[in-house]
Amino acid sequence: MNIPVIVSLFGFLVLIFAIGFWSSRNVNRKGSGFLQEYFLGSRELGGFILAMTMIATYGSASSFIGGPGVAYTQGLGWVLLAMAQVATGYFVLMVLGKKFAIIARKYNALTLVDFLRSRYNSKWVALFSAFSIIIFLFSAMAAQWVGGARLIESLTGLTYTSALFIFAVAVLAYVIIGGFRAVVITDTVQGVVMFFGTLIILIGTIIAGGGVANIMSDLMAENPNLVTPFGHDGSLTPAYVSSFWILVGVGVVALPQVTVRAMSYKNSQAMHRALIIGTVVVGFIMLGMHLIGVFARPILPGVEVPDQVMPMIAMEVLPAWLAGIVLAAPLAAIMSTVDSLLLLVSSAVVKDVYINYVKPDASIERVKKVSFGVTAVLGVAVFALALSPPDLLIWLNLFAFGGLEAAFIWPVIFGLYWNRANKYGALWSMVAGVFSYVIIHQFYPDPFGMHSVVLPVVLSFVVFVAATLVTQPKHNLEARA
Amino acid sequence: MRENGKDELNLHTDPRFKIANREALIGVALVVINFVWWFGFAYGLGSAPVEEYTFIFGMPAWFVFSCIGGFLLMVALVIFVLKVFFKDVSFDEEEHNS
Repeated sequence: MNIPVIVSLFGFLVLIFAIGFWSSRNVNRKGSGFLQEYFLGSRELGGFILAMTMIATYGSASSFIGGPGVAYTQGLGWVLLAMAQVATGYFVLMVLGKKFAIIARKYNALTLVDFLRSRYNSKWVALFSAFSIIIFLFSAMAAQWVGGARLIESLTGLTYTSALFIFAVAVLAYVIIGGFRAVVITDTVQGVVMFFGTLIILIGTIIAGGGVANIMSDLMAENPNLVTPFGHDGSLTPAYVSSFWILVGVGVVALPQVTVRAMSYKNSQAMHRALIIGTVVVGFIMLGMHLIGVFARPILPGVEVPDQVMPMIAMEVLPAWLAGIVLAAPLAAIMSTVDSLLLLVSSAVVKDVYINYVKPDASIERVKKVSFGVTAVLGVAVFALALSPPDLLIWLNLFAFGGLEAAFIWPVIFGLYWNRANKYGALWSMVAGVFSYVIIHQFYPDPFGMHSVVLPVVLSFVVFVAATLVTQPKHNLEARA
Repeated sequence: MRENGKDELNLHTDPRFKIANREALIGVALVVINFVWWFGFAYGLGSAPVEEYTFIFGMPAWFVFSCIGGFLLMVALVIFVLKVFFKDVSFDEEEHNS
């Protein structure tokens, strides 16, 4: 038990609660715009908040707990791999950019599924995408909850179950109360904490290791491979590392938790500001966090569980009270990812399935009740799943990323930029992407030395183009010309 | 298939989409530059035997150029394209207020 650490973490939770309650006033005030507000914060995000919420959502347990742990094992090669994520800082907003924001407004879309449904005019596209979101984000969420609970467990010495319980109650409370606005504003606080937390731990680690040059020579004395791009045993090949550009770089454009934020900005100035802030902060956090993992190696040799590297190094190199504040950063990352995912899965259930296909004439009051209820039920279900946690945190999380990217990347991109793209292309490409990803992931991981997401993305591209061209009626082309 | 024909037609003619399409292409171009820089320095310099590495600020040169330099380069490029090529547009229809 470490009292100062616990006190500052507890203070952080209280702050988050306060923000959730404060945001709930907005949900109740705008009675008629409830859905717009609860799931999208009334499209009022400014540049700073937009950048921070994207980073906080995207920078999850894998970047703060799993990632530095792997970097500890692999050395600088893993930092190189992590830097593929700099691209997410600008690529997503530039590519979805103004077109997605304008079209989402025109369609009055609140979710990625809304956009796909209006663009392709197809019930099956909508249902299949809602289904994919529910399945994959559910598994992503479970991974994050395990990470959050492990972190609280290792900091406080509570049992895993009670740690998970505290974490679950905290997240559920402010999501159910505040909706999207609570999520993005807490994300902003968390993003700021993540940024400065990274900076402080990095500086502390470098000082504790006796300077960068000293740390590097310690690493080389232990294993020269640690300072090469090829990993501790030479297993990180250029093809494998480069394939992460698809998984964590450009493919992120298709993640529903990211696209929904590209619908929510207030105006194009907000988007421009978010581009700069996002690139700087994502790059800095990814570089810093993974470097901390590598630098921690000479200071704390022989850590058995890589996931514990981050909390251990923070408590090692910083005074206890500061470690407590800074360790709120990974907790912030996890919480802010979880809250977005939770809201997104419940929007898929409530908005995309229930309102569209089950009860289109539901009253506002009823929709409100269903929204809160579904969010709560989902939270309890994830809690149950996380009680007996699967072992490999980072891989479970990446499994979800890959599945969603394989499903949505071409329906989103072609939906925006290829006028002939139609519902047959979208549907078959999603089906091909999801099933080939699950099969390759299970039975033939890392084909040709690349991450298993690469082939499904290629396959769904081919299927999309083929299905669209085959089903394109002639008069459709003539009518447009 | 043609029920949303009105939307499709608008997607064709709206002048804001010319701007948006160009900006999306700039995004793609930046990723290509980013990847080439990142890959070139990492494996160009990093493939040498460790004994032959040069070090900058105590870190291997491949890492400094690829990861730190690449990051700073991208920040500079993003700021540059935003100032020079990106245009402000309204997200709402003309008849709605902003």
